[in-house]
Amino acid sequence: MIRVDGSVSSQSLIRVRGLNKTYSRGGEKIQVLQGLNLDVDKGDFVAFMGPSGSGKTTLLNLLGGLDVPSAGSITVDGDEITHMSASKLTEWRARHVGFIFQMYNLIPVLTAFQNVELPLLLTKLSKSERRKHVETALGVVGLSDRMGHYPRQLSGGQEQRVTIARAIVSDPTFLLCDEPTGDLDRKSADEVMALVDELVGKYGKTVLMVTHDPVVAARSHTTLHLEKGVLVEASKLEQGIVAGGVS
Amino acid sequence: MKFSALIFANLLRKKIRLILTIGSFAVAMFLFAFLAVVKDAFNRGADVAGADRLVVIDRVSIINLIPLKYRDQILQIPGVKSITHNNWFGGVYQDEKNFFPQFVIDPENQRQVFPELVVPDDQWNAFLKDRQGAIAGAKTAERFHWKIGDRIPIKTTLYGGGSWEFNLDGIYHGQRPEMDETQFWFQWDYFEERIPEQVKGQIGWYVLRVNNPEDSVRVAKAIDDKFANSPSETKTETESAFAAGWVKQFGNIQFLILTIGSVVFFTLLLVTGNTMAISVRERTAELAVLRAIGFSGRAVLFFVLAESLTIAVIGGLLGLGLALAAIPALANALNGMLPQLVLEPSILVLGLLAAVGVGLASGFLPGMGAMRVRVVNALRRV
Repeated sequence: MIRVDGSVSSQSLIRVRGLNKTYSRGGEKIQVLQGLNLDVDKGDFVAFMGPSGSGKTTLLNLLGGLDVPSAGSITVDGDEITHMSASKLTEWRARHVGFIFQMYNLIPVLTAFQNVELPLLLTKLSKSERRKHVETALGVVGLSDRMGHYPRQLSGGQEQRVTIARAIVSDPTFLLCDEPTGDLDRKSADEVMALVDELVGKYGKTVLMVTHDPVVAARSHTTLHLEKGVLVEASKLEQGIVAGGVS
Repeated sequence: MKFSALIFANLLRKKIRLILTIGSFAVAMFLFAFLAVVKDAFNRGADVAGADRLVVIDRVSIINLIPLKYRDQILQIPGVKSITHNNWFGGVYQDEKNFFPQFVIDPENQRQVFPELVVPDDQWNAFLKDRQGAIAGAKTAERFHWKIGDRIPIKTTLYGGGSWEFNLDGIYHGQRPEMDETQFWFQWDYFEERIPEQVKGQIGWYVLRVNNPEDSVRVAKAIDDKFANSPSETKTETESAFAAGWVKQFGNIQFLILTIGSVVFFTLLLVTGNTMAISVRERTAELAVLRAIGFSGRAVLFFVLAESLTIAVIGGLLGLGLALAAIPALANALNGMLPQLVLEPSILVLGLLAAVGVGLASGFLPGMGAMRVRVVNALRRV
């Protein structure tokens, strides 16, 4: 269950409280997120929508430990990540977060197999164990027959599926998807989203996704809108009620 | 190593650039090895000089001759063990480009003073009996395909000029590979017989051995004092000081070589550093992805350093391998114009260490940049 009102829940996998993010640009302070609250349970699938510059990607970066907030806290599975050192955060990301980017961001000189294997190079798994995990992940995304292909030899949809395999291969706590279908045609986007659905439904993965596409967002359990730095539930937005955020 | 696929895949990303960078390393390493060999060659005279040998020359210049009669007076100085004398002949064999040094020697004492230049006894005895006899260094004999018994004509413009004929009676070898095996020796008596009257009884320089090397300074001073205020004052110094002084006549070779070497390495550092910087900048987003999925900044720095180091080691090995193959050929092509060119193992080790140093230095700054890149900003640039 996803909540944005900051009410106490002992089951939350991800708990965000009073999250602020301010940037300085040319001496001017720009507040992107303002006292944002969010609770996401294990197995939830949440979509973030909002106009450009509303802070969707900033929120995703903060949740993924790629950026640090100006104030507030983020707790994931009991670990408060906002006070972790950079090196601890790097280790934490390797264990807990799977990233799926709009532009796929595969290493072009590595094969699909080698790209998916990358996160496992940070573990103590043997070569044969790594191979088994990679084959499984590529099997889940339906690319068992494309293991030796380089990204340039794959279609956009296939590249994004390789990215998904790379994101899930180390069995992270949750997945962060930044416009995963933003660079795909409708058919490929549907295939990728079917895969994300499967990860949530069949494998119980927790997914947080930023998208501009209402069709894609409709596949999530809950869609949250970011408006002026605060989160608003879609249903309440329609009623004109701001449900969470400003503390 | 589990990261090797990633490192080598990145290295091979731009093959032409990789080949050119490795090529510049190879050329620089070859130049380094060649310069080091030349520097060693010039210093070798001092290195192989006998610790117990002194050289006596005219105080003003080595080109001035000094009297042969000094020999007996020098031998009377306490501490002098043996003495021999030489003259520079300055002749040409067939063609001026066929340079090799010819010395007039004193056959009675040559072997006592230079025991490290070895002539088999039977050849030496034949030489002693032959007024026109000559001994050639092994390298010179090999260069001109001479064999014992050959008649060797040498023309000179000194000592009345003309063509001098010699019989090759022996071939000498150095006890160590770095010793000079290019000299050509012939007898004092034959020389004395043919030279003009006004230079008879004059020699080029004396070389003497002392009983105890620690006495060298005292003996040198005693010799120079003895002939002070005479028409031919002397300058006596150890053989190594003499050799070092000889090299100085060519200019400050060491400074010249060090300067060229430093410029080569600095240029190499800029070339490789620039290549690595471009390479890193081209894949900032990829490095950011690696950071995002859990690779530490240090791991990213390691990847960049591993790449620059691999380029450096491959280029370095190629350059040094080229030097190993080419320097003996170059030495032959130079036809004795430079002292013996020998590529010592220490030069190879030093070259490889220098390559590793340049490799690490050139990868360090781009690597630090990659390590410090803000993941969020780098991903936004995609």
